[in-house]
Amino acid sequence: MTPFTYERAGSPAEAAAAAARTPGARFIAGGTNLLDLMKLQIETPAHLIDVNGLALDTIEATKDGGLRIGALVRNTALAADRRVRRDYALLSRALLAGASGQLRNKATTAGNLLQRTRCPYFYDTVQPCNKRRPGSGCAAIGGVSRQLAIIGTSEACIATHPSDMAVALRALDASVETVQADGAPRRIPLAEFHRLPGDTPHIETVLEPGELITAVRLPKPVGGRHIYRKVRDRASYAFALVSIGAILHEDGSGQVALGGVAHKPWRVEAAEAELPRGAKAAAEQILAGARPSRDNAFKITLVERTLAAVLAEARG
Amino acid sequence: MQKLVPSSLSRRDLLAASTASLTGAVLAQAEDASPEETAHADAGTAMRPPIRAQVSFTVNDRPRELDLDTRTTLLDALREHLHLTGTKKGCDHGQCGACTVLVGGVRINSCLTLAVMHQGDAIITIEGLGTPENMHRMQTAFVKHDGYQCGYCTPGQICSAVAVIGEIEAGIPSHVTPDLTGTPELVAEEIRERMSGNICRCGAYSNIVDAITEVAGSRA
Repeated sequence: MTPFTYERAGSPAEAAAAAARTPGARFIAGGTNLLDLMKLQIETPAHLIDVNGLALDTIEATKDGGLRIGALVRNTALAADRRVRRDYALLSRALLAGASGQLRNKATTAGNLLQRTRCPYFYDTVQPCNKRRPGSGCAAIGGVSRQLAIIGTSEACIATHPSDMAVALRALDASVETVQADGAPRRIPLAEFHRLPGDTPHIETVLEPGELITAVRLPKPVGGRHIYRKVRDRASYAFALVSIGAILHEDGSGQVALGGVAHKPWRVEAAEAELPRGAKAAAEQILAGARPSRDNAFKITLVERTLAAVLAEARG
Repeated sequence: MQKLVPSSLSRRDLLAASTASLTGAVLAQAEDASPEETAHADAGTAMRPPIRAQVSFTVNDRPRELDLDTRTTLLDALREHLHLTGTKKGCDHGQCGACTVLVGGVRINSCLTLAVMHQGDAIITIEGLGTPENMHRMQTAFVKHDGYQCGYCTPGQICSAVAVIGEIEAGIPSHVTPDLTGTPELVAEEIRERMSGNICRCGAYSNIVDAITEVAGSRA
């Protein structure tokens, strides 16, 4: 790690203002991803703003019948919340499919959204990577890309977003609440929160400098069967090759988001009209325009078959 | 509030540091950064001097006050500064679980958290669970069931196992809990899933599960 100064923030607005005016500042909450990257010199913040003292660790009911999840609610606590388990089971299931018990105890809701790709070329500092060093190139394209993205990619980056939680939140139509550097609040639909790589893969979200996530909001429950199916190389503690978060209703309609295939949780609302016609029809539309590599073309088939399994489970 | 600033900081750096309203940490002069801590300095960051801060917490019920480089992980604070070497450094990246300790009763990877982030916390390490003369029953069960070979992962396994039983008893579900609205059971499948963050390269897993199952059974 390179040396850094450290402060504990007293309020969200103070934290956002401090981050905006301090060059090289980063927020730290759980730290499970940031410290990993700092040890590898991939992240080299000059200043850390510890936000753990902010009172953002509760889950509250909202007036519209939904939930407001504080940014600092730990993954374990969110997955175990009785209301989440009852009304948003998809979210519990996705969280519990990710990481390890130790990591979930520390990782926060906001940090989970902001975690960075596990692309091996992003982690290997002797390789070119446009995300790690803008303009240096992408060693993953033409490299070992079995785990990497098949859709929404660019000539600059084929990394995936690693979060399971974000896939569930995308299917659940969640939104992100923030406070900006000038103290103004903002609400961002999760659909618009993560960016596709384009030619600036190092810019991963629409957050402005200093902007701090304060909460994630869930709309009121929509019922249905909640299923999170994660396909991975190990039965536990591994990133998804493909994952599907789905809410499916008896009439065949539903909401479906994919993990492990793109730079962000991947959802195509227009394709959901095809769900009653089966997995093949829906998967074809969800993955229309996919550009897999030789290494990861299997994910096209895997998405269709995983979706078929999810639809069968919902019927069963 | 900010108290001291490293003498090697430039005027501009000092100004920037002041405006950052350092509320919690105390900056102090860098003195003895280890070679490890300075070896990887990159171009553009090499000029930054080490920064020190003070933190106090309890470890195994004993109050501790430390003056540390801000980069010091909780794991390194325990091992290198407090000489509690029961907690092991395996991968140092949160993947193997050898560094697992209990903070506020919750198991975490001590390698992926900074010591300065634990002001006021109550930390329990393997040394705090039991002693050779008076072992924790999870330690006794690991001995009885041969839940190790080389033993390097064992302190992390035992800290994790103690917490796993608590998590199941608290009703926290896991990936393999069949009914999210029900109560998770103390069964082998649950234990295996919940212990997946603790790697044992010797492959003592089945004996580890036996040890945990025995302790869990004696509680039920």
